[in-house]
Amino acid sequence: MRSKTFGSFAEAVADIPDGAVIGIGGFAAPGTPYNLLKALRERGAKGLTCVGNTTGGAHQPRMPDIASLVENGQVRKVIASFTAATRPTDVLPFTKYYESGEVEAELVPQGTLAERMRAAGAGIPAFYTPTAVGTELAEGRETRVFNGREMLLEYALPLDYAFVRAWRADASGNLVFRLTQRNFCPVMAMAAKVCIVEVEEDILPAGALDPDAVHTSGIFVQRMVKVPAAPEGIWAVRREERKK
Amino acid sequence: MSENTSGPIHASAPSGAPATGRGWDRQQMADRLSEKFQDGWLVNLGVGIPTLCSNTDIGDREITYHSENGLIGYGPVLPAGQEDLHLVNAGGQNVSLKPDSVTVNHADSFAIIRSGRIDVTVMGAYEVAANGDFANWKVAGQKGGGIGGAMDLAACAKRVFIILEHVTRKGAPRLVPSCALPVTARGVVTLVATNYGLFAPTGTGFRVVELAPGMSFEEVRAATGAPLEG
Repeated sequence: MRSKTFGSFAEAVADIPDGAVIGIGGFAAPGTPYNLLKALRERGAKGLTCVGNTTGGAHQPRMPDIASLVENGQVRKVIASFTAATRPTDVLPFTKYYESGEVEAELVPQGTLAERMRAAGAGIPAFYTPTAVGTELAEGRETRVFNGREMLLEYALPLDYAFVRAWRADASGNLVFRLTQRNFCPVMAMAAKVCIVEVEEDILPAGALDPDAVHTSGIFVQRMVKVPAAPEGIWAVRREERKK
Repeated sequence: MSENTSGPIHASAPSGAPATGRGWDRQQMADRLSEKFQDGWLVNLGVGIPTLCSNTDIGDREITYHSENGLIGYGPVLPAGQEDLHLVNAGGQNVSLKPDSVTVNHADSFAIIRSGRIDVTVMGAYEVAANGDFANWKVAGQKGGGIGGAMDLAACAKRVFIILEHVTRKGAPRLVPSCALPVTARGVVTLVATNYGLFAPTGTGFRVVELAPGMSFEEVRAATGAPLEG
């Protein structure tokens, strides 16, 4: 069997074509695939659709995020649960590209976003949910009453690629996430044709992980790269260090 | 604070706030809602003022806090230098674990929400209407918005409590007959804490549950956009 372990991030993203649909895992810092995002920016594929919880914050110094691909002219559309900052007075790096019409966006409630990818990964084409019924997001869309309650039809969201970050992995691609690093990563891995993982610890031999402790089966994982130590590899930094 | 949050933050007290010594401060608003949490409840707190609910002394009641990013049961934010960078709450803050904390993936976290297992969600808002609608994801004239987990929580939690300043910085009421801004969910709010008191939407207006110290019924009625019921 061909190895799933790649020697560099550049190699792991080398074949990503223009127009690909890519899920970017992570919620705040944990699980965010900074190194894969940086490699994709360097690769330069264009016309991308990027799916993530947010487009990235306004923190300085900036970390690689969806907005950094937008700034580089690589993104056609964003699908996220935030297309504006939580504080209306804050301006995200993404905002000016969205307001000028350079990039399209689809705003999706967070649980619906996760479930649309889980459904895609589970072979389910669509589902009904009570979320967003009666809101602007449901205008003109199909609803149906189940057990006396109006529900909104939502479609599965399949991905061409998923970028995720895990704590541990074995050579078969079985993944273990640590604490809130898990977030969207398992559902994005399931929804994607090709899941690419940046792994924090050394990739273990096949069989080294406790089978009962695996969060994502290697069935859903195609490529892995070990994150090198900083500064070559990108790691989350503490808040007070970020300000320096 | 991360942008990964549910509901707006109101950064400073509005100009219409009552003079010192009258009304409630933010912690007191949060305390009034926390008093309603019952033993054994699973509680989701939005960012901003709602997070202050976790500071309230809840005595011997056992409350579990759920964070939308798949964290069930968490403790206080850790001081600088002691953070675990793999562990954040919905606001991106580095919180602490409790002995019975667990993490799940996002689909499971929202399965907990969507299946009605959250006893109460406490959120900030721009407006609450007399019929229980509320708006907290988009301001007037804004392109896009910040929904996060707010719509899932509002549609599916057993109860929705709202915490907000009674009037805007310009003095306009936030408790209104109907929402002018795009709503987050319809007919779901049962209890509202403001700096002026505690109120329950009735369908046609707001019933006063409790007035904050120094606030008169007449004064609060003048600052409320919908009929105030005693």
